[in-house]
Amino acid sequence: MLTNYFTRALFIAFSTSLLALTGCAQPIEPWVKPYERQNLADPIMRTNRHPIANMHIAHVYEARESARGAEGTGGGGCGCN
Amino acid sequence: MNQLGEPKVPGEVVVAVINKANKANYAKSRQSFLCLLIWLVFSLSLQAAVLEEDRADVLYHSYDGGGMKIDGPAILLRKKASESVALSAYYYVDTISSASVDVLSTASAYSEERQEGQLGIEYLHDKTTMALSIRQSDEDDYLANSVNFNVSHDTFGDLTNLSLGLAFSDNEIRRNGDDLFEEQSQQYRIRAGISQILTKNLSIALNIESVADEGYLNNPYRTVRYIDSSVPAGVGYQSEVYPNTRNSFSTKLSASYYLPYRAALFLHYRHFSDSWKIDANDIELSYRHPFGKTVELELKVRYYQQTQASFYSDLFSHQNAQNFLARDKELSDFDDLTLGLGVTYLIPKQFSISDWRSEVSLQWDYITFNYNNFRDPTAEGALGEEPLYGFSAHVIRAFFSVYF
Repeated sequence: MLTNYFTRALFIAFSTSLLALTGCAQPIEPWVKPYERQNLADPIMRTNRHPIANMHIAHVYEARESARGAEGTGGGGCGCN
Repeated sequence: MNQLGEPKVPGEVVVAVINKANKANYAKSRQSFLCLLIWLVFSLSLQAAVLEEDRADVLYHSYDGGGMKIDGPAILLRKKASESVALSAYYYVDTISSASVDVLSTASAYSEERQEGQLGIEYLHDKTTMALSIRQSDEDDYLANSVNFNVSHDTFGDLTNLSLGLAFSDNEIRRNGDDLFEEQSQQYRIRAGISQILTKNLSIALNIESVADEGYLNNPYRTVRYIDSSVPAGVGYQSEVYPNTRNSFSTKLSASYYLPYRAALFLHYRHFSDSWKIDANDIELSYRHPFGKTVELELKVRYYQQTQASFYSDLFSHQNAQNFLARDKELSDFDDLTLGLGVTYLIPKQFSISDWRSEVSLQWDYITFNYNNFRDPTAEGALGEEPLYGFSAHVIRAFFSVYF
């Protein structure tokens, strides 16, 4: 009985893996079409809507905090004393 | 009924029906044409990579808090030289007058000016954008020269953008009042990023950046304090000593979401750690809401928290207590909270210069800093038992932007 369960589980695992592999073999198509991106293209969605302001606040934080990097703007400089 | 069993209809009715059918066909084909046009416009704007539009920004900035007042102007200019090349220039001035707590405890208030200039060039080839910029930051006692290179590429039906960047900075450190003092440091940065459109309303981005410093990383003016029973005050001071290297790694995860009533929600989370044993996290949530066609409101809340550097202490037990010594509050254990408000007014075309689109913005941030292991030595209290330090700052940016 135990062997049967084990064989069945093995069969299900094998079938699932095969299906998954077959699925993966299909190329993934871009799922959001260009004509569906008007919301993302709206100016209010731009994270860098005000680049000069973003550069300033990044500089303020870099001068007052130890963390740096990955902000998306060039850091550096001083005014740190 | 005719021979085919269809109802007989008068000639005018047939003409009317044909006209109606033609109109319906015409409307349908016009609708199809409009759909095709919209599709083409979005295809072109989102599939073919394009350089950002020409713009000029003029800004006044101000930081006021913790005994420091920093303000000045900044200008950013960006112009396409062709469809594939854009040039940019940035000029920024900080006028600083400082009487911060750590300056007041061991020195006197000072004022200075910092000027920063940047020149950049961007080149677009197919779906790849390359950007090169050089930058100089100059003040009486600090000169930084840096070069920055970035490359980004749109792929996977333009649902994905990959980017890589490198930067190098060479710094010269001096000490006012000491002509013999001159030190150097270098900084290397490498960064990578991926941004991905997930749904028609949601996009996310993952950015990582590693920064390596070497050379003189101290502040040449700052001191640490230690218990010194040989003097009446019971406290002695000596210069800070930092390691000559620092390596850090940051990971930032961002999400942008378009709300159904035309508003935008942004979420950022960043984790930071470095070889000085500082761990930091910050999380920011912002919301942008347009009112009509002329006003945009932005609200922001950000929380930041960090642990202290392994060689930091508010009060050392004796002189030369360890190899490395720091009492810089930016290296202590602290957190800060920012509340921000911004308003942008899109100036109607009839009031614009040469029909150029322009806007005026005002942003205000209120930041509160709470230090968990940095005491205020100017306050009343026994040595090492003074109240913990904290302060708040007002940060203002007022700017005018024109697109031409």
